[in-house]
Amino acid sequence: MVIKTEPFVLNIGPVHPSTHGVFRMRATLDGEVIIDLEPVFGYLHRGVEKLAEERTYTGVIPLTDRLDYLASMTNNLAYVLAVEKLAGITVPERAEYIRVILSELQRLASHLIAVGAFLNDCGAYFTPFLYMFREREKIVDLFEMVTGQRLLYNYMRIGGFAQDIPDEFIPAVRGFLKQMPRFIDEYERLLRENEILLARAKGVGILPREMAISIGASGPVLRGSGVKWDIRKADPYSVYDRFEFEIPTGTVGDCYDRYRVRVEEMKQSLRILEQAVAQIPAGQVKTDVPFLVRPPAGDAYGRIEAPKGELGFYLVSDGSIAPYRCHIRAPSLMNLTALREMMLGWKMQDAIIIFGSIDITMGEVDR
Amino acid sequence: MTVSLSGNEIAKKITEYFPQAVAEASDETILIKTEVLFEVAGYLKNTPEFDFDYLNHITAVDYYDYFEVVYQVTSLQYNHSLVLKTRCYDRDNAVLPSVVRLWRGADYQEREIYDLMGISFEGHPNLKRIALWSGFEGHPLRKDYL
Repeated sequence: MVIKTEPFVLNIGPVHPSTHGVFRMRATLDGEVIIDLEPVFGYLHRGVEKLAEERTYTGVIPLTDRLDYLASMTNNLAYVLAVEKLAGITVPERAEYIRVILSELQRLASHLIAVGAFLNDCGAYFTPFLYMFREREKIVDLFEMVTGQRLLYNYMRIGGFAQDIPDEFIPAVRGFLKQMPRFIDEYERLLRENEILLARAKGVGILPREMAISIGASGPVLRGSGVKWDIRKADPYSVYDRFEFEIPTGTVGDCYDRYRVRVEEMKQSLRILEQAVAQIPAGQVKTDVPFLVRPPAGDAYGRIEAPKGELGFYLVSDGSIAPYRCHIRAPSLMNLTALREMMLGWKMQDAIIIFGSIDITMGEVDR
Repeated sequence: MTVSLSGNEIAKKITEYFPQAVAEASDETILIKTEVLFEVAGYLKNTPEFDFDYLNHITAVDYYDYFEVVYQVTSLQYNHSLVLKTRCYDRDNAVLPSVVRLWRGADYQEREIYDLMGISFEGHPNLKRIALWSGFEGHPLRKDYL
């Protein structure tokens, strides 16, 4: 006997543990299979771009912290790079090295959460997540040593830093670099060949190479689809051209590839950190910049490879002390563009994994 | 290093195919006329010499007299990029051609510009507000809002 079925509309979110923030998906289901999906945004819209127009150039930095709040150090960096490009400010060498060290630590911290939350979505309920948090805690302790903050650092300034890193920071990073590879090996032993993870993530939620490029995906999502594109190599900023590292890529663009790319990137970040800590010079950490920066009229686009992808700030100056326009190119939003195509035909429980593998932060999606 | 292509040089190439398309060109950017924006964008994307397959971002700026919409495109293969600009002079009825058919990544960004700046995109598959709710009055990123 054939049972009559009809499409069923299910609202996932906005407040739901697996939507990683306040995100809503309006899924149409045929039994368990997703036949249509519409993402709904805007629950965390605070109008950051408008707020930025009312503040001085330095005053915008705390706003950038609150975009991708799991990687606020790199948000600061993208913004100050854009202002420095606009105003033609150069940064002392020591400050550039500190920026690289902090960015790579931030990348590790962000990827740890991404991987932990992804495994959480896979059903490995909170055990790997706590492992990842244990390691992230050490990075957060390092940040606390430098900035006094544990989540929203507000540490970078236009032209460098407000103050130098404390003397005990570099030895502490060295200590961290000794421990961390062992922990990554531990995750690898537990998870790399794990049958449940392979069964749930291999071949699921494929984002083909052409579509990844067309939607403007970036970061691990783009590289998971097999595109060797990393702004640290393609358009080096700061002093990234002085370090040796590889760009890990996936092959088919499924959830497992995106997960693998993140784990491999953590290893590369450790490599960069080793080199940066060995080479860091002494000297100033801030160039002489007036308290109220007035860049000449014009526009500039500064971008970096943030943990989630290409984070860019498009700034327009009219010569005053506040940006005339401050547009944020958020990687999390762009990476979501193909969400519907990635989820069509998959079951409800796969949708949660596919969503988790993209790794988004709602603070950045809605701005 | 990503090479920023000179707007002047690209403008010459564009003028060969679209004689009236370029309004202004400088070293950094090209200003394209709105009517032929989609055709010029398609030409830049599909010509093997340029191969602009990746759209970095789209954004709009309100200069009171006109809206300026900025497109930054990159070729992943050649590692070069270009900034395209276009201007909308009609504040009450600002319309641009949508480039979603060329770059899928334009989808949410054009919706965002429509939502916050009030510029419509002709040919967009699903043009509705993205950050604010439907029924919201006004477009907050315009300079005359508030």
